[in-house]
Amino acid sequence: MELQYWIWIAVGASFTLYIAIAIISRASSTGEFYIAGKGVPPIANGMATAADWMSAASFISMAGIISFNGFDGSVYLMGWTGGYVLLALLLAPYLRKFGKFTVPDFIGDRYYSNVARGVAVFCALIVSFTYIAGQMRGVGVVFSRYLEVDITTGVLIGMFIVLFYAVLGGMKGITYTQVAQYCVLIFAFMLPAIFISLMITSNVIPQIGFGLKGSDGVYLLDKLDGLHRELGFHEYTSGKKSTLDLFLITSALMVGTAGLPHVIVRFFTVRKVSDARKSAGWALLFIAILYTTAPAVAVFSRINLIETVSNKPYDALPEWYNKWEATGLITHEDKNQDGLVQYVADAQLNELKVDADIMVLANPEIADLPNWVIAVMAAGALAAALSTAAGLLLVISSSVSHDLIKKMIKPDVSEKVELIVARLSAVGAVMLAAYFGINPPGFVAATVALAFGLAAASFFPAIVMGIFSKRMNKEGAIAGMVVGILLMLYYMTKFKFGWFGGGTNKDWWFGISPEGFGSFAMMLNFLVSIAISRFTPAPDIKIQKLIEDIRNPDKE
Amino acid sequence: MNNKQTYWKTNLKYLAILLSIWFTVSFGFGILLADQLNQIKMGGFKLGFWFAQQGAIYVFVILIFVYIYLMNRLDQKFKNKE
Repeated sequence: MELQYWIWIAVGASFTLYIAIAIISRASSTGEFYIAGKGVPPIANGMATAADWMSAASFISMAGIISFNGFDGSVYLMGWTGGYVLLALLLAPYLRKFGKFTVPDFIGDRYYSNVARGVAVFCALIVSFTYIAGQMRGVGVVFSRYLEVDITTGVLIGMFIVLFYAVLGGMKGITYTQVAQYCVLIFAFMLPAIFISLMITSNVIPQIGFGLKGSDGVYLLDKLDGLHRELGFHEYTSGKKSTLDLFLITSALMVGTAGLPHVIVRFFTVRKVSDARKSAGWALLFIAILYTTAPAVAVFSRINLIETVSNKPYDALPEWYNKWEATGLITHEDKNQDGLVQYVADAQLNELKVDADIMVLANPEIADLPNWVIAVMAAGALAAALSTAAGLLLVISSSVSHDLIKKMIKPDVSEKVELIVARLSAVGAVMLAAYFGINPPGFVAATVALAFGLAAASFFPAIVMGIFSKRMNKEGAIAGMVVGILLMLYYMTKFKFGWFGGGTNKDWWFGISPEGFGSFAMMLNFLVSIAISRFTPAPDIKIQKLIEDIRNPDKE
Repeated sequence: MNNKQTYWKTNLKYLAILLSIWFTVSFGFGILLADQLNQIKMGGFKLGFWFAQQGAIYVFVILIFVYIYLMNRLDQKFKNKE
C-alpha cells in the first residue's frame, strides 16, 4: 500500500483514540481538571509522566544530536534522567503530601505570601511558554514532513486536537491520553531500533548491540572512532567540551527537570504519598527505555551514514538519500567536482550538510523496513509532541485560573466559574502557542533548552528548601527566586539573542555556556536565600507545623 | 527524640546514601573520571563512555526503586497510615 495512506491511517487512528479517551474521561470538577481527582494509579501515572516529559525533541532530535556529538551528547542522557532521582527523593512525596493543585500553590502557602505566589506564577508561565511553542512547531514539522501539508496546516490540526482533549478532559483526560501516547511513541521508537540492531549486530537488544562487533568482526565503537579519526572528526567516545561545562550542563538539566512545573504537577495526581514515589520510579523506567536506546540508535545511524555516503559516487546513493534530500534535511554540494561525496570535519572540504533530525526520521528507510513502520514513526513523533504540549497547556491554564484568579485576584469565585476560566485560558494559551508555532520567533529553538536553566534557577531551590529547611522564610525564598530567574534571563538573552551588548563564548563568565549557566544561577539562588533568611524573622509556628506535616506521610 | 523525628532522620540518612551514589555514577564516573575509566574496556564499550550513556541511567532507575522499598519498609515500621 502507498506510504501516504498508511500514514493517514496511523495518524488518524491514533488521533481518534486520543479523542475517544478524552470524551470518556472528561473532567467535571476543578479537582479533576487540575489533578485528575487524585485517583491515578502509579503505573499509569508513570507512563503519563514519561509521555508528558518526552517531547518532540527527545523523540526526533536527541539521538541525532548524540550521533553528531558522541560522548558530549551524554549531558542530555544523564541530565534528562538523573533529574528523576531528585524528583523521587527530594520533591515528589512531600509535594504530594502537601496535596494542593499547583507548584505556585506550594510556594505561596509555604512562604505565606502572595508575592512569593506571584513570582512562582511568573516563573511557571515563562518556563511553560518557551517550551510549548517548540512543541507546536514540532507538530507542524512532523505533519509537513510526513503528510506533505504545509507547516501552518500541520500546526492548526495539532492545535485543534490538543484543544479538544485538553480543554474537555483537563488533567484527567490528559493523563489517560498520555498513557496511550506513551505506548504509541515507545513502540514507534523501539521498532526500527530493534530491526537495525538485528541487521548490524545480530543482537535484538540495541542497548547491548552497540557494544558488539559488526559483520566485519570489529567492535562498532572502535570502528566509529576509527572512521571519525580518518575523516578528521573528534573521536566519538571521548569528549571535547570542557569538564566544567559538561558538569554544569548536566546538573542544570537534572535540576531543571526536577523543577519543571508540568512534571512536578503529575505527582499531585496520585492517591497517596507512597504512590508518588512509585510513579517517579515507573516514570524513569519508562523513560529509560527510550533514553538507553537513543545512544545505540545514534551509533548505528552514524556508522550507516558515514558508510553510505563517504567517498561514494553521488549518483549511486540509495533511494532514501534522494528522498530526504528533497526535504532539505541533507544537502550535498560537489565542491571539488569529483562526483564523490566528501564528508569530513574540515568545513572547507566538507560537501555534506546533515540535519540531526534525519538520524531518527530516516531510520526505517535506511533499514529498509516496510511502509507501515514509517507510518507508526509519524504517529509516534506526533504523540511525543502532543503529550508534552497538553501537559504544558494545563500548567498555563491552572496558573491563570487557579493561582492568579482564584488565589490572588478574586478568591470568592465559584468552582463552576473557575472551571470555565480554566478552560478559557487553555484555549487562549493554545492559540498563542500555535501562533508562535507558525511564526516562530528566532528564540524558540534556543529557549527550549534554556527552559531547564530557568526552572533550575527559580523553582528548585525554593521548593527544596521549603521542605528541608524550617528556617527558610518568605524574604529569603522570594529574593532567591527573583535573583535566580533574572540572572538566568539576563545571561541567556545576552549570549543567545545579543541583548545587553551581546557577547561571544570568549565573554562567558568563567567559560560557562548559557546551557550550563542554570547551575550557577541556582547556586546563587541558594546562597541569596540562605543569607537573607538569616537576617529576617523565621516562619511562624503554623508554617513549622506545615513543614512537619509534609515530611511525614502519616494522616492524623 | 519522638517518632516523627526518628522517621525524618532515617529518611535523611537514606537520602544522603542514595544521592552520593547518584552523584558518583553520573558526575563521577560519567564526567570527572570518564577519561581514566575509558582506559578500561568492557566488551566494545569504554567504561567511562558506557557509564555516561548507559550505566548511570540504569543506576538511577535502581536507586529510585531502592528508595521506594526502603521508605515503604520505614512507613510500615512507624505504622504510618495514608
